[in-house]
Amino acid sequence: MPNEAASTLTTARSSSKRPAGTLYRGNTGMWSWVLHRITGVSIYFFLLVHVLDTAMIRVSPQAYDAVMSTYKNPIMGLGETALVIAIMFHAFNGIRIILIDFWSKGAKYQRLMFWIVIALWVIGTAGFAPIHLHNVFTEPQ
Amino acid sequence: MSTIIEAPRTPRERSSKGRVNWEKWGWLYMRLSGVLLLILIFGHLFVNLVLGEGIKEIDFAFVAGKYATPFWQWWDVVMLWLAMIHGSNGMRTIVNDYASHRTVRRVLLIGIAAAAIILIVLGTLVVFTFDPCNTFIPADQALTFCPVN
Ligand code: HEM
Repeated sequence: MPNEAASTLTTARSSSKRPAGTLYRGNTGMWSWVLHRITGVSIYFFLLVHVLDTAMIRVSPQAYDAVMSTYKNPIMGLGETALVIAIMFHAFNGIRIILIDFWSKGAKYQRLMFWIVIALWVIGTAGFAPIHLHNVFTEPQ
Repeated sequence: MSTIIEAPRTPRERSSKGRVNWEKWGWLYMRLSGVLLLILIFGHLFVNLVLGEGIKEIDFAFVAGKYATPFWQWWDVVMLWLAMIHGSNGMRTIVNDYASHRTVRRVLLIGIAAAAIILIVLGTLVVFTFDPCNTFIPADQALTFCPVN
């Protein structure tokens, strides 16, 4: 060790060749980060498009209704469902990240909080997806 | 030339005293805006996609109805600013992580910043200058309450 400070990071070696994992390496900590990053990028690109389609409101009723009709087709409907599911993961896991950083017990409970995020995500999806898919796949009155 | 890799947990040395630590404020912004965005985005999705007939109801008249009140104008504009800056700053982090070529990185970062500025200005103008009875709208498409001449 070239420096004393580094020694605070050394951990006991286990017989396993794989690292046991730290907050961001391996297991839930890493996969939640991967998902957070992928969902963040997806939401970002949707937001760019969404600001532009909403801007059609300033052009004419016809222009706006034309873009909106594309959002109402079944393929886009499935895409919107996926997008909302992605937003829900990003939002709940974002709160988990904030708690890890600011709550004194956050790092200790990060794994438990990950499973709470997954539970909320499943509940949120079960609440949203049927309603939205119903609206997308039934004829307007 | 050799690069010095400092031991982990070595305290960060300030290059010069009194300079603003932008990276720290960006980090804090991601967390503050995140909490606000959760409320704003979930409210936005609930009102637009869950209540009533959801996406089926969304058309010019629906949005005109929302933008008739300052409440929804401000809701959308605050959400626009917070989300564009949060998303762009997040994309900046990701570009810094993966784009190791100097020029590529610079082009991507400038693109992200330009997109953010253009869309924030455009979106804000759209919300605040929107007039459902705007004179460009043909009489046969105008909403019923508009004084058509
Ligand atoms: C719904 C509420 C949201 C919450 C609670 C939230 C929370 C967070 C948090 C805490 C971070 C981590 C920042 C860091 O590690 O320094 C983050 C990163 C990020 N967010 Fe969000 N966010 C939300 C919405 C959004 C939206 C609407 C977008 C897109 C416009 C977005 C795009 C991103 C991106 C691209 C990153 C960077 C990911 C990375 O560095 O791996 N987020 N978010």
